Amino acid sequence: MTQTALQIRRISGHPGPVPGEGVERAEQVCKLVDTTTCIGCKACEVACLEWNGYTFTETTFDNSYQTMPETAWNYWNLIKFNEHEREDGTMMLLMRKDQCMHCADPGCLAACPADGAIVQYANGIVDFQQEHCIGCGYCVSGCPFNIPKFNSATKKMFKCTLCSDRVSEGLEPACIKSCPTGCLHFGTKDDMKDLAERRATQLRENYGISTAGVYDPPGVGGTGVIYVLHDVNNPEAYGGLPKDPHIPWVVKFWKGPAKWIGNFAMLFGVVGVTLHYLRYGPKEVHEPKKENGGQP
Amino acid sequence: MSASHVVSSTRTTGEPGGNVLRYTLIERVHHWLGFFFYLYCLITGLAFWSPYMFWLAALVGGGPTARFWHPWFGLGFTASMLWMYRMWWRDMQTTEADLRWRKAIKHYIENDDQNLPPEGRFNYGQKLYFWVMIYGVILLLISGTGLWFVESIPEWLRLLSVTVHVTAALATIGGLIIHVYMGTAMVRGGFSSIVRGEVTTAWARTHHRLWYEQVTKSAPGKK
Repeated sequence: MTQTALQIRRISGHPGPVPGEGVERAEQVCKLVDTTTCIGCKACEVACLEWNGYTFTETTFDNSYQTMPETAWNYWNLIKFNEHEREDGTMMLLMRKDQCMHCADPGCLAACPADGAIVQYANGIVDFQQEHCIGCGYCVSGCPFNIPKFNSATKKMFKCTLCSDRVSEGLEPACIKSCPTGCLHFGTKDDMKDLAERRATQLRENYGISTAGVYDPPGVGGTGVIYVLHDVNNPEAYGGLPKDPHIPWVVKFWKGPAKWIGNFAMLFGVVGVTLHYLRYGPKEVHEPKKENGGQP
Repeated sequence: MSASHVVSSTRTTGEPGGNVLRYTLIERVHHWLGFFFYLYCLITGLAFWSPYMFWLAALVGGGPTARFWHPWFGLGFTASMLWMYRMWWRDMQTTEADLRWRKAIKHYIENDDQNLPPEGRFNYGQKLYFWVMIYGVILLLISGTGLWFVESIPEWLRLLSVTVHVTAALATIGGLIIHVYMGTAMVRGGFSSIVRGEVTTAWARTHHRLWYEQVTKSAPGKK
């Protein structure tokens, strides 16, 4: 799904500098999901499937509104339902549209070993390039949101593209277009942050929801999808949204210092045996002076 | 050390200038099978390890092909290692001679072989390498299975698998560098012994005197 119209600023598994490294468009794109006005209609799920050319897959039933437990390689957008019990014992249905968060500091891209299989465009969208994907699944280990999914038929990874094809043509993502309540918004990161903060303030001041706030986790450098939550202190209640997501330190170490320690160790080994040969050379075989002559 | 299991081969001449069978055909076949499988995993593994070595994947058909075959060749390597374990595990137990030899390892490194205590069929260094590869392949197999089905395992196991796979792979690479160097450049005659199976009696007497004495002097039944 290469979008030539979009400039790339980060490339996975890429040796040497990236041509567009560090460039940022003046405007980072962002999706705002207001969970307080989501009614769980799943119109966004349908729009996502329709635009991206996927058909409905078999759903599961577990005595709730939940269609399936998590997103799939051909189902990138899923409402997570949670029958949440408030402290006073009353019930509350929490609904959150789950999809790729388009992290500013993407763990999938950091973990990916294939040159160009994951890119981050200058507008902030993180996109998989299936023609370069080798299907190793390292991105699964790097993602704190459990988003990349494996297609066992094509041996490639898939996830939400933030409709990079639509965005590059100046359109909003398909899910945004379909939302009947207006709980989904799309625009620049600054605008969305501003809108989200104003909505959270409104919830706190006018609706008495003192815990309302905006979810834009700094651990991954902020995200290209932000949420307004009734209770920003308990994001886990919204279908397992991590409280403080970050790239696992094992992945950071593996892709950072471990590379250089390992490469240095291998180089040390090769140089070491070479120096040994230069210094000591091959072992001599001692021919015995006479047959059965004790110590040769 | 008991004589009964020191030698897998029985064909010997023991005459000066003659040859001694060091590795049977089946031993050589499994050594080279293991080498072939390991080499594939090494090339593809290095490609996945560093972007600067990703081009290595092109040597074996490209990234997706390398990713597809890497675990299968890993299973092949495991199978050949299993066979090598079956053939050699008794020979690879640490002996009294090994402990004496280990104390004098400085002389071995400096090619001062006259001052080394005599060794059996395998010296302590070879045994060490054998066990590094055996334990290495066990760890690589377990962690590799996790990475093969990475979506099906919990996050902590994914991260543990990555760590173990990388660490075990680096340990075996370290062993391999020394093994290849010693088998080809440092100990002349070693390479042809694992190809054609035979060494000269002088070679056997120099490098593995206890083994040499056993295969040349002790007839079957004479302990």
